[in-house]
Amino acid sequence: MAGFAYFPHTGDDIRAMLDKIGVKSLEDLYADVPQDYIYKGEYDLPDAMSEQQVRDFFAGLDAKDAKLKVFVGAGAYDHYTPSVIPYLTQRSEFITAYTPYQAEISQGTLRYIFEYQSTICKLTGMDISNASMYDGPTAAAEAVRMAIACAKKKPRVLLSKGLLPNVLKVVETYSKFYGNPLGYIEMENGRTSLASLRKELEAGDVAGIIVPAINRYGIIEDYTGFAEAVHEAKGIVVEYCDPSALAVIKTPGEWDFDVAVGDGQPLGIPLCYGGPYVGFMACRKDYVRKMPGRIVGQTVDADGKRCFVLTLQAREQHIRREKATSNICSNESLMALWVTVYASLMGPEGLKKVNGLSYAGAHYLHDQLLATGKFQEVFPGVPFLKEFVLKPLVSVEKLQQKLLDGGFFAALQTEEGYVSFCVTEKRTKAEIDALVALVKEV
Amino acid sequence: MKYYDKLIFELSKPGRTGYSLPENEYGRCLCCELPEGLKRAQAPELPEVSEIDVVRHYTNLSQMNFGVDTGFYPLGSCTMKYNPKINEEIAAIPGFNGLHPLQPASTVPGALAVYEGMDKALAAITGMAHFTFLPCAGAHGELTGLMIMRQYHMSRGDLARTKVIVPDSAHGTNPASAAVCGLEIVEVKSNANGLVDVEDLKPLLGPEIAGIMMTNPNTLGLFEKEIKEIAALVHECGGLLYYDGANMNPLLGVVRPGDMGFDIMHLNLHKTFSTPHGGGGPGSGPVGVAQHLAKFLPETRVSGFNGNFGVILRAYAYILALGRQNIKFAGKFATLSANYIKECLKDKYKLPIPSICKHEFVYDGLINDGADKAEDGHGATTLDVAKRLLDFGFHAPTIYFPLLFHQALMIEPTETESKETIDEFIGVMRRIADEAAADPMILRNAPHNTPIRRPDETTAARQPILKYGDQ
Repeated sequence: MAGFAYFPHTGDDIRAMLDKIGVKSLEDLYADVPQDYIYKGEYDLPDAMSEQQVRDFFAGLDAKDAKLKVFVGAGAYDHYTPSVIPYLTQRSEFITAYTPYQAEISQGTLRYIFEYQSTICKLTGMDISNASMYDGPTAAAEAVRMAIACAKKKPRVLLSKGLLPNVLKVVETYSKFYGNPLGYIEMENGRTSLASLRKELEAGDVAGIIVPAINRYGIIEDYTGFAEAVHEAKGIVVEYCDPSALAVIKTPGEWDFDVAVGDGQPLGIPLCYGGPYVGFMACRKDYVRKMPGRIVGQTVDADGKRCFVLTLQAREQHIRREKATSNICSNESLMALWVTVYASLMGPEGLKKVNGLSYAGAHYLHDQLLATGKFQEVFPGVPFLKEFVLKPLVSVEKLQQKLLDGGFFAALQTEEGYVSFCVTEKRTKAEIDALVALVKEV
Repeated sequence: MKYYDKLIFELSKPGRTGYSLPENEYGRCLCCELPEGLKRAQAPELPEVSEIDVVRHYTNLSQMNFGVDTGFYPLGSCTMKYNPKINEEIAAIPGFNGLHPLQPASTVPGALAVYEGMDKALAAITGMAHFTFLPCAGAHGELTGLMIMRQYHMSRGDLARTKVIVPDSAHGTNPASAAVCGLEIVEVKSNANGLVDVEDLKPLLGPEIAGIMMTNPNTLGLFEKEIKEIAALVHECGGLLYYDGANMNPLLGVVRPGDMGFDIMHLNLHKTFSTPHGGGGPGSGPVGVAQHLAKFLPETRVSGFNGNFGVILRAYAYILALGRQNIKFAGKFATLSANYIKECLKDKYKLPIPSICKHEFVYDGLINDGADKAEDGHGATTLDVAKRLLDFGFHAPTIYFPLLFHQALMIEPTETESKETIDEFIGVMRRIADEAAADPMILRNAPHNTPIRRPDETTAARQPILKYGDQ
């Protein structure tokens, strides 16, 4: 073979190593494999590319994708990423490290996970956070089993119909196979209905509920009375939150809820066509033994120095094996670092500004769109943060195409037939005005 | 590596800022307009630090970390191969990073071509028909694959198949994934050669069996050579075969799981396909199926959007660099290096199964642990060997797994390490064995040269401090 940058073996190396092993050829190392399983054909792959060819290939693909101004949220929010974050998270000591099982040479990873856990607790008002999960929807699915494990004999978990469609879908998929029944809490004027919740609780079989902090319509929920109702029925409340918004809106801790889950993506993680993002899960002290995923704790080393380790591992799948209620055995560590650096750069004031700008831009767009006469309000007077829905009075298809042609991804159609818009601090007033001008032409 | 003892919260000083944001030009104000009852009472106590504080802090933290770019990582079952840098460049392309996951297909032909190209490439490499890219990790892939297995049986009205067979040597995630998928686990034993015992398997098969989860080569690094008979038996009883792709690396470019009769499999892009582990993620665990199961792929909505696109991009760049020419050597070189180490150290470390291994193999501790030289009569354990390796700039192997041996020490070198690096590792392992025989306390007190020494894990678990401010 010709030289290849990722394989350091030379012809001499190969011969010396085969001699030591006592075989004649590389093929002899597969003598134990039934020979009809050795693939004899040519792999149906492209010819090997040089580095420049690889670079050109992807540049070609990138050139085909439209570069749009994003005015859609629905679980992925186009917030600004400070340049410090990719710069630091790309450090090879972070990105090429394995899971921090060897604490002595992994204090970097362990420390930032501890900081991440602290950050999530500060934002959610919860006592304990795990080291992160795959994404928000899977964290919600894990919370279902956690609720069932906490409640013991009660099997049913209620989902607010205000949860994002992809959260519902993932939770439903997991539950279908785990075999736990689900129920639903209806919406009432754009918010999760307390009356509907009370009615569902009457059956006495509810282990817990999952409700959104900000729902699929962008509306900030008011959960007065929810915690009391569910706790009285001996269930737990899980809130699905946008962690960025928690810097300004009432937290799951303040609502007296028990578990907080969600996606950390709004904390400066690029859209990246859906991932990698990072799921988070935090809970009250009482539930820590039922919480899935890794946890990092502080301790001291043999010389009394402060240090950090993976801890409380008896909860985890590699110990519990078939008795496990979760199979997660990794986290989204590097993305946890990403949001930790983001939260450090922003601090309480920066996050307040991010929310303030998003709120102001979204409300400006909302009012401008209504003024075009092409939309009707769906939930007048109900407060929203950075995302909202309107009822279109024009063809949605034409509207969307007009906006796409103008370089905007906006007016996402919802299952209810509304169109949804989202504004972050990355959007400018000039962009909003340009978008509204296009809408007027529809 | 040098010890650095700060937390970002401890650098905070009220009034410092690390952000740069535009002014509000809309004339609307969240603080004045948001109803009191929906407001957070007090701002979160996040750090207030300047940009340079953040940069120095995390740079200092990184310097207490070991990575593949720092040194050799002989970590069994983890396939810590080199992470090519062009992959990072591709994943950082601004256009890809700006794509919203719900954008219409007409606006993202480039991104869709990445999925199509990967589907075709992985199918060619594995002999499967199609893949789903939604799973974010290996265990997530296992769960997804088992969902497809159950969906297949349910679609045929075959509702009695609620049990899955898992070998006793399996990764811990296998039984956990099965449990989470609502399946009951039936364990099949390994024989004296470390392979699935076909005679033990036969009586377990029947109308309740949904399938079997196999890792091949298994976690001892041994090829399950009875796979042909196992596949026939499981299919005959109506079950499906699941391939845990965690150990795919030695077969890369040599053997295709689809040709061995597997119906469903996952791959770990962060192992076999060179994407970085990131300190524990993000990974990607695409699941491939044989043609007759392809219709079930869309029914497994196991993550929020399109899977970890950024990871998939890296893996695709790797596959294109390998191409049809180089892929033929990847698995073979990994296997060559593993067997070479195995032979070079077997006079110092117990080798319970001497036959040819694949990408990894297992020693069962030191031959001479020096117990006779220790005052308390305790010799050096596998843990002590692992800790002593850290002093010499190597990561430790996987230890105490698989569970079949008490002092298991599992080594996987991958194909990206040179003979010089491997020889240096062998030299250090021999030196450590000699140290143990002469004075096991050197090992038992190791590591000596790392930023911290052994942590007190008992106190960490008994008096948990899990966030800043807990005391």
